[in-house]
Amino acid sequence: MKIVVCVKFAPDSTAPRKFSSDDTVDRVSVDGILSELDENAVEEALKIRESAASDAEVVVLTMGPEQARTAITKTLQMGADAGVHVVDDAIHGSDSIASSRVLAAALERTGFDLAVCGMASTDGGMSVVPAMLAERLGVPQLTMASEVKVDGTAVTIRRDGEVATETVEATMPLVLSVTDAANEPRYPSFKGIMAAKKKPVEELTLGDLGVDAGEVGSAAAWTTVESIEERPARTAGTIVTDDGTGADQLVAFLAERKFV
Amino acid sequence: MRLTEDHHDFRSSVRHFVDTVVNPHVDEWEHDGAFPAHDLFPKAAAVGLLGIEYDPAYGGLGADHSFQLVACEELGRLRSAGVGMAIGVQSMMATPSLAELGTDAQKTEFLAPAIAGTAVAAIAVTEPDTGSDVARLRTRARRDGDDWVISGRKTFITNGTQADWICLLARTSDEGGYKGISQILVPTTTPGFSVSRRLTKLGNHASDTAELVFDDVRVPVANTIGEVGRGFQQQMQQFVVERMYAAYVTVGQCDRALEQTRRFALERTVFGGPLASKQYVAFRLAELQAQVDLLRSHNRQTCEARIAGEDITRMASVAKLTAGRLVREVADTCLQFHGGMGYVEETWTSRFFRDARLASIGGGADEVMLQVLARLDGLPA
Repeated sequence: MKIVVCVKFAPDSTAPRKFSSDDTVDRVSVDGILSELDENAVEEALKIRESAASDAEVVVLTMGPEQARTAITKTLQMGADAGVHVVDDAIHGSDSIASSRVLAAALERTGFDLAVCGMASTDGGMSVVPAMLAERLGVPQLTMASEVKVDGTAVTIRRDGEVATETVEATMPLVLSVTDAANEPRYPSFKGIMAAKKKPVEELTLGDLGVDAGEVGSAAAWTTVESIEERPARTAGTIVTDDGTGADQLVAFLAERKFV
Repeated sequence: MRLTEDHHDFRSSVRHFVDTVVNPHVDEWEHDGAFPAHDLFPKAAAVGLLGIEYDPAYGGLGADHSFQLVACEELGRLRSAGVGMAIGVQSMMATPSLAELGTDAQKTEFLAPAIAGTAVAAIAVTEPDTGSDVARLRTRARRDGDDWVISGRKTFITNGTQADWICLLARTSDEGGYKGISQILVPTTTPGFSVSRRLTKLGNHASDTAELVFDDVRVPVANTIGEVGRGFQQQMQQFVVERMYAAYVTVGQCDRALEQTRRFALERTVFGGPLASKQYVAFRLAELQAQVDLLRSHNRQTCEARIAGEDITRMASVAKLTAGRLVREVADTCLQFHGGMGYVEETWTSRFFRDARLASIGGGADEVMLQVLARLDGLPA
């Protein structure tokens, strides 16, 4: 079984984040890491590999600048077997539609039984790439799984929605996305850190994937960012002093903002 | 010594372990007076913490001492010095002699499960009447055929109530002084072994500390580590590693404490400005951080010397002495700068203050370090 996990190199959400001069997310000069929600995808893939009846392989796929290699390294340290890194200047500024085009082409090239994604990226947070991949690849999608069961080529997931819990089943090959409730991602052990150095990472360009540069990047994006403004500085707020009418003042404050 | 990307990655893993596996539980363990060693140690082992320098044939990582340094610095960020110390006992105090001098059979029976975290280890040297003056110890192992029959008492034994085996220092002849002492591996299931008392301490509440009784405890002579009669010298070498634990962990403890206090001093408003705008406060914090930086540098130099196979007795003693005094000063200052809030139990400074006091006593008191250093300088101390 070949499991390919699509991961994203995203700015560290606990560190300052900023935009580049062309209004895209700055992925080069800030601290970037493996998008935390993708750790759940990697963990699920590793668990499926570990419980597989026959040989299974976990390959991690990412697209992004040179620095994105650190995201692959982290997954190899966690236990993935190999990495594929699509690096091409033309990718810069790609929206999710273009990203899914590149990732789908890479998935077709590597081959897969199971393509696993996280529930969203920690920067864009759109949650649309898994569905786009399934559409482009012509395979079923099992998205937002909080529990995954694999039996041969049959995959069953539990999806916890706001009003109902659904059980969805499909047969491989398919695209799977898992939520952060699906598992507790492992952290690299010393042995994992050392073993990762010997694992292969293949670098590919758009040319290798047969993707035209005109299909991706800022110019091909279906949306454009017209402007970005910094969040206004926090103001001092209102302090209510209780002179006997404190409760009334609080209610009036909340009512004015339509909270009550 | 420059640390590499590998050290950085390993540090992240240990920090993650500290932040997510240990720290959320330490308040409960501090309250209970012990942490669940048999539950926590396998998790520590999974990160690789319990056998960093040990032979991979027994489950160790086979890494060099610099990874031990990194691990200890991160264990210093634990919100309870007691839990860090217990891990230190398992990995750097009770097992170094066994790993270096033990037989294959001994390592298979005792070291491998300690590295895997399935067995808890303790080191028993101190006795009710004998602390720093190790050569006065009285616990006696008499030979009976192929067995040692051990009688005596040991005290202040970390992990003592939970230990599965003990690295015991006992007298195996009547030569007296530092002669005729041996290191013996004693499984705690052996008849005649008992925990007579669990000790209540000033600090390190999450770590269990015991007084142990050996009443005709019979173990095979084959459980002797290294050479019969050379236990004192072997233990002195084991103590060197223990001192490095104390010195390395202090850097992590002080870094975390000073980071937190700087943050507090920037947020706390006093006399119309942040506490940190008072020159005395800012300068004291800067000076203490500078001293921590110096200890960090010295530690790394000591680490490098150990990797090169040099005798680090002097460097380790300097490190331990400096660390003990520095962490007490840092703990006292951090508490002071937090004012009344620093003295209440809900603020981290209280626990840190009482835990820090041990640093100048355990693992070789300041005065023992000074004696070692004075003698190395040719003074008749």
